[in-house]
Amino acid sequence: MDTSIEAITATSELKARVESDQLIDYLLHLADNALILGHRNSEWCGHGPILELDIAITNIALDLIGQARHFYQYAAELINQPDVTNRKASPMGGGLEGATEDALAFLRDAKDFKNCLLVEQPNGDWGVTVMRQFFFSTWQYYLYQHLQNSNDKRIAAIAAKALKEVTYHVRWSSEWVIRLGRGTEESNAKMTNAVDVLNQYSGELFTPADYENVAVREGYGADLCTIKHLWVQKVKETFQDATLAFLLPSNDHILQLFGKIGEHTTHLYELLTEMQFLQRTYPGAQW
Amino acid sequence: MQVTDTHFQDKINADIKVEPKEWMPGKYRQTLIRQISQHAHSEIVGMLPEGAWITRAPSLKRKAILLAKVQDEAGHGLYLYSAAETLGITRDEMVEQLHSGKAKYSSIFNYPTLTWADIGAIGWLVDGAAIINQVPLCRTSYGPYARAMVRICREESFHQRQGFEILLTLSKGTQAQHDMAQDAINRWWWPSLMMFGPPDDDSPNTAQSMQWKIKRQSNDELRQKFVDICAEQVKALELTLPDDKLAWNETRGHYDFGEINWDEFYQVISGNGPCNKERMTARVKAWEDGAWVREAAMKEVIGQ
Repeated sequence: MDTSIEAITATSELKARVESDQLIDYLLHLADNALILGHRNSEWCGHGPILELDIAITNIALDLIGQARHFYQYAAELINQPDVTNRKASPMGGGLEGATEDALAFLRDAKDFKNCLLVEQPNGDWGVTVMRQFFFSTWQYYLYQHLQNSNDKRIAAIAAKALKEVTYHVRWSSEWVIRLGRGTEESNAKMTNAVDVLNQYSGELFTPADYENVAVREGYGADLCTIKHLWVQKVKETFQDATLAFLLPSNDHILQLFGKIGEHTTHLYELLTEMQFLQRTYPGAQW
Repeated sequence: MQVTDTHFQDKINADIKVEPKEWMPGKYRQTLIRQISQHAHSEIVGMLPEGAWITRAPSLKRKAILLAKVQDEAGHGLYLYSAAETLGITRDEMVEQLHSGKAKYSSIFNYPTLTWADIGAIGWLVDGAAIINQVPLCRTSYGPYARAMVRICREESFHQRQGFEILLTLSKGTQAQHDMAQDAINRWWWPSLMMFGPPDDDSPNTAQSMQWKIKRQSNDELRQKFVDICAEQVKALELTLPDDKLAWNETRGHYDFGEINWDEFYQVISGNGPCNKERMTARVKAWEDGAWVREAAMKEVIGQ
């Protein structure tokens, strides 16, 4: 763990912001995205199509879980500030004292998770996993590029460090999208199917929740309109190389669910049941 | 013995490493292919029992450590397959031998991981036994194998420590956690002792392997070393090993221990362990599901 990032503590100016809860929500959103996708990728460990790819997807999982920990740790520090008052509700879903990274990951309910629907979708075949990674990492890359200039020094530091990792994730996933798109008839069909399965979740990446709007207004978050423009460009180019048909990010899912504010598919509920089982079964135990 | 054979044995006796392009007896080559590929397969199949707990690890830190550890095993598999390939067999052929049952892997991985404590027990006992087996292999006579083992041993000792640390935390935790740790040790102890292979008087390949310095210590010698270490370490865990006969023998300067159930060992090796079918099904499924990915990647390589 990088201690220099943890050393950047909340300033009094930031504490004021916390009163609105929005910064905490924003951090949880960033953390949850990373954790849930890291978790999904980790499900591949031992089951990849070839040893080298098993190792690569596990690397990405490790990077994402590492990022999640940084954001959770920061969120936990803010939640634990004694002089923060008037919060509408604990992000823990009710009066949990002494937040920690683990409490935030293992003791919140699905409705309190703020990740995008894209990351909680099941792995599907390798094509869906690679496409999901490409959609997400491309988004995360432009997001972190902005966040490294965040006026919140801690967010900026986490983003700057993670950007190096995400740069690799984009390179790796885009190369595989191209390789499999171009590869064989079968692999092209699998990748086309992956776009079909996942495109309905891409629009949410660019649809801001309230806390994201506040984050932009306060100067610690990133504007999703700019990111969308860059994302579309990158995905379009990559798809051209991959001989895949490009579809604009779809917003269809918004009619039903909005993961960023805790409206999730059953997949997240199942994922959390598995992930949280030990912490829930043995409350208060140390591991 | 032919002239080349004599010359080869002289080289072995002088502790000169054998390198891939050099002459070696056919049986030396076959023994190494069998042993290295078996070792590689053990790393790969060994990812499954521990991998089953990555999604259920009880904290983010434990999750990251376990993920990194299982990933290390994939890396070990990779070094070992590469070492075996220098002997004139392809990775695909080795995988095929694993899936058809022609090649074996360590029988320990046919046992299930029932609780989180099993992750601790695997680290402490299974990786601990692996280290004892593998440290002498860093000096094995075949160069690529010896060099792969140096890297592997370095990582294994970290794995063993993290396993011990998981058990220590559980042992000092709640009563339920303490019991969970003891139960895991009870289940993993005997299978770990079997990891050293059959007793010396029932180990047909040992003599030749020792002469060629592929193997440098006998199964029973290594097993004894392991028992002596664990019998001490378990005290620090405030847990026990499930063996009434375990006792320090002043005369021998070693711990005596009970009879190993070799019938169980041979049963598990011949496919009747609790998870043999499950493990092979998982490996074959991963391989078959990934076929289209490998084909597409190969096409790119050939096309360029």
